[in-house]
Parts: sequence; structure tokens; C-alpha cells
Amino acid sequence: MDGLDLEVSRGECFGMLGPNGAGKTTTIEILEGLSIPDAGEMEVLGERWRGDGLSLRARLGVQLQETKFPEKLTVREVLTLFRSFYPDGPAVEETLGLVALQEKANARVGTLSGGQKQRLSLACALAGDPELLFLDEPTTGLDPQARRQAWEIVEGLKARARTIVLTTHYMEEAARLCDRVAVVDHGHVIALGTPRGLVASLVAEHVVEFAVETEDDLDEGALRGLPTVEGVSRDGAAWRLTVRQVHRAVPALLTALTARGLEPSHLTTHHATLEDVFLSLTGRSLRDE
Amino acid sequence: MSNPGVRPPLVELTLARVRELVREPEALFWVFVFPILLAGVLGLAFRSRPPEPLPVAIVAGTEAKSRLSALSEDPELDPRLLSEKEAQQALRRGGVVLVVSDDPVPEYTFDPVQPESRAARLAVDAALQRAAGRNDVFEAARSEVTEPGARYVDFLVPGLLGMNLMGTGMWGIGFSLVVARNGNLLKRFVAAPVRRSHLLAAQLLSRLIFLVPEAGALLLFAWLFLDVPVRGSWLLLALVSLLGALTFSGLGLLTAARPRTIEGVSGIMNFVMVPMWIGSGIFFSTDRFPAAAQPFIQALPLTALNDALRAVMLEGAGPAPLLPELAILVLWGVVTFALALKVFRWQ
Repeated sequence: MDGLDLEVSRGECFGMLGPNGAGKTTTIEILEGLSIPDAGEMEVLGERWRGDGLSLRARLGVQLQETKFPEKLTVREVLTLFRSFYPDGPAVEETLGLVALQEKANARVGTLSGGQKQRLSLACALAGDPELLFLDEPTTGLDPQARRQAWEIVEGLKARARTIVLTTHYMEEAARLCDRVAVVDHGHVIALGTPRGLVASLVAEHVVEFAVETEDDLDEGALRGLPTVEGVSRDGAAWRLTVRQVHRAVPALLTALTARGLEPSHLTTHHATLEDVFLSLTGRSLRDE
Repeated sequence: MSNPGVRPPLVELTLARVRELVREPEALFWVFVFPILLAGVLGLAFRSRPPEPLPVAIVAGTEAKSRLSALSEDPELDPRLLSEKEAQQALRRGGVVLVVSDDPVPEYTFDPVQPESRAARLAVDAALQRAAGRNDVFEAARSEVTEPGARYVDFLVPGLLGMNLMGTGMWGIGFSLVVARNGNLLKRFVAAPVRRSHLLAAQLLSRLIFLVPEAGALLLFAWLFLDVPVRGSWLLLALVSLLGALTFSGLGLLTAARPRTIEGVSGIMNFVMVPMWIGSGIFFSTDRFPAAAQPFIQALPLTALNDALRAVMLEGAGPAPLLPELAILVLWGVVTFALALKVFRWQ
């Protein structure tokens, strides 16, 4: 990370959105007191990391990107263990309820699904009733249903005015959960704002995607000249236009294609998302490794 | 919110380790069953038997018949008539330990390195001399020792106990730490408000909890079924075992201080343990090694532990004569602990 200057307020859910390797985990581990930055200053809950930082750690909840809890222990035993580390916190049963794991309380960790393990990890982060919660890629590797379940839990925490810092490379996740998002790439923050504000900052808020079989006669210049088109990119036969006004751009596009004797095999439009923000800023997709 | 039913973290951490071990059938086998099986099998294989007569060959010829009857007189000899060629072949293959030639004054062919061959030479010579008319000046009285405490199994059991203390100390602590490091669990613990000293102390405590049934099972089995004696005090035996367990916990902690993978720690463990399996007198006495190797062998922690265990169990030694061995164990324990804490990788 380089030249990172961020401030997160109490009660806020702050997201760091970026592709793998962007430096999100490094940043969050520095904040968690697990890594030491080469240079720079930071304060967590008004304190700085000193020594083993036990008193500060007691106020934080941490979920690492991947933690393998002992497979032979039960869910309740793992959570009871973590609860014992904290001077204060809700009863184990209450935390199990928060992450919807009551039914699995006596199941061994080794028998849990990926989503259940992730929820156990979240429960351990909540064991000490933290003022500030760090979630590193909380839904990576989960199926869509497990992901939505995790989102509901985080939304429940937001409703209880916890401060949350999370990292993700899913734009839907950032858009749905975060009050503010820092878009991170190659160790730099390249955009910062509310998810809605970031999308609005795009000149062209709409995206038109289409594909044509033969594209010999089609060139970028011709498409760029169409009304309200701001950007053109292609990936083989797949084209992607960013446009200000769909109702003006699409008829003009179809006319232009017909004039060249081309028929699109596929055409969709959608409102721009954070994914498009990232694409317009870096020229790459978030999922590109 | 805060509730008084919460146990202290050290207790919870120790409980977690004990639960993990108890729920691991393979671990239970290696810790409890394997040493007993080994003691049972080896005890059976090397059980005390009435001494077997020594097989000797008499080369067929003119003298053979009278010599055969002379040697048959001695119950400790098992003579057989063979041709010159067969006799030499049997000697080479270990079928006989000595060959008596057919010359008027016999020639003995034997391997002086083998104790059995040397014993056979003395017995054969005495029998033939007597048959030729020599009169013994006196006949010494015989007093045979076959009491428990001097058999191979008596030598073996303290060695197996030492080996077990080494194995479980090193694998038990080393494996669980590396698995926890590899799965980010150590890092997750560090991110929680728990003292690092508690994390390590829980490993030691769970080790000590297991020491009692582990050492107890082997000793009880040996005592009940193999008649292995414990001549010294059980308390001293317990204390020596405890010290041994702690020393090898330190060594286990040090081997597991850095590696990130099971493969990595297994390599180091074997590198550390193999010399002691061979050199520290588990299965045979350390006296078998040449003098030049002795300083190295005597400095190994398992040698010190085995020697101390044997002294207490077989010789009934008190604490005073054990001091050098105990000092070696303490030294290893303290140095490995200190070093492990210094270089330990938490993430």
C-alpha cells in the first residue's frame, strides 16, 4: 500500500473494493495490529498499536480471510473458547443466534459447510461484543445463498450501529453493505465515496452490451460517434458501450448495424455498477486475476 | 453481557487441546496402544528361555564316534556328525558355532568374535580333555540368576517409556502448532485479546494431563503382565517422567517454532528424533557405541531420560545418583524453550 489516507467514522460500514492482490488484506491486517507498516500513522478507536495491544484487541472483532478452526471441536466449543478471551460480551447462545448457527451448536467444525464455517468465523469475531469489526473477504468462496445469508447478518450488525470495515472483490457486496467504498487497485485508492455517488460520478451511467457474428465492417470510431456514447470497448465479438442516454443510443446503434448488414446476436443494457466504475478507472474487470 | 460462567482462557485453551486429542483415534492408538503392543511383542520375542545347547559339528572320521559320545555328555552342547565339507558350510551359515576336526589332536574352527563360539570352544575343550582322562581339580558350585529385572524386557520397558515421552511431546506439540499456523488459527488467536504465553502454556498443560494415562498405561501393563519391577520410588519415577515430558515439549516447541507446513515440521522432527531412536538406548545399550561417539550420545536428552528411568526402575536409585541425567534434561528443556520463544513465528 502506498499513499493511503483514510478515515472511518463510528457507526459506518466502510468497504475496500478491489481485485485480488490490490493490497486490501495488507491494509486491514495493519489496522488489526497483525502487520507493521513500513511507514505511516494510524489510530484505531483513538489508540495506537503498542506491544501486544491486548486492551485494544478486546474492543475489536476480527474475521480473517480464512481461518481453519479445529475440526474435532464443536461449534459451541470453539465459540466458548473465543468468548473466554474477552472480558465482556454476549452469552455464547446469543452469538450463535446472531449468525443462525444454534442448530449446529453441537456439530463438529469438520462437518460444517463453507457458509457455516464462515458464519462461525463471524461469530468468533462477535464474541467480545466489539466496537469495531474487521471482515476480510467475508463471502469469498461462498455460494450465492450462503452469501446472501452472510449479508443479512452484516446488515443486522449495521442496524445495531456497529462500525464495520470490510474488504471484498464483489461489487454487489460493496454496493449493498457499505455506506462508503474505497476502490483500491495496486495499493492505491483510486476512488472514494458512497456506492451511489461513485456510480453517479461516471459521465455515462448506462452500459449497452451487444455481440455481432462478423464485425469486419465495425470499428470503434463509428460507434464512438453515436449519440451520447462515451466509451467503447470490445472483447472479440462482444462489444460494450457506456452511454449517457439509452433511449437515444440504442436506436442509433441498431440503425448503424443494419446499415452494415449486421444483426446483433445479443443486446442488453443495464445501469452502471461499481464494477463499471472500476472498469472505467482501470480498464480492467474486478474479476481479472 | 459479561457473565460469570466463563472459564479463564488458559482453562479453555487446555480443554480444547485435550478434546482434540481425545477425539483423534489415531493419536490415541500411537500414544496408548502402540507402546504396549511393542512391549508385549518384544517381551515375547526376547522372553527368557532355558539356555539352548550350542550346536557344534564333529567332522566324520576315525575319532568321530568317541568324540560324539564325549560331547553328548555335556547338556550345554548339541554335537552332530558332518562331513568336512558340510561342517564348514554349516559354520559359515551359522548352523553350528564350532567345528571339531578329525585329527588325533583336534583342531577347533570357530569365530572368536561371537560369544557363542567362544563359549562352545571352552565347553568342547573341557569335555574332550575330560574324556581323554583329565581330572578336574574342583567342581565349582553353580548359582543361576533368572530373576525379573535382568531380562531383556526389563531393559526394554523404560526405553519404550522414554521413547513414548519423546514422541508424544514432539508430535503432540509440534503438529498442533504447525496445523494451527498453517490454517491461520494462530494468527486469529493473536488478533484476539489472549496472551501468547497462555497459548503456549495450554500446549504444555494438555501434554502433562496426557502424561499420566500414557506413562501409567505402559508401566501398569509391564508391571502386571511382564513382571517388570519398579524398584525405586513411584514418585521419583513420576517426577523423572514429568521432567522428560517437559524437556521434549520444549524440543517440540522449538522444532515447530518456524515451519508453516506439516511436511516441513515432519522433516525437522525426524532429523531430531532419528539419532535418538538409534543412539539413546531404547532397544539396546548405549555401551555398544564406540568411545568416540559416547560424549555425543550421553548428551542426548533421550539418553539421559532412559538412563534415569532405568536407574529408578531397575536399580532402585534415589534422586542423588540421577543428578547428572536430570541436569542434562533441565538444560535441554530450558535452552529449547528460550530459543523457541525467541524465534516463534505467530503467523
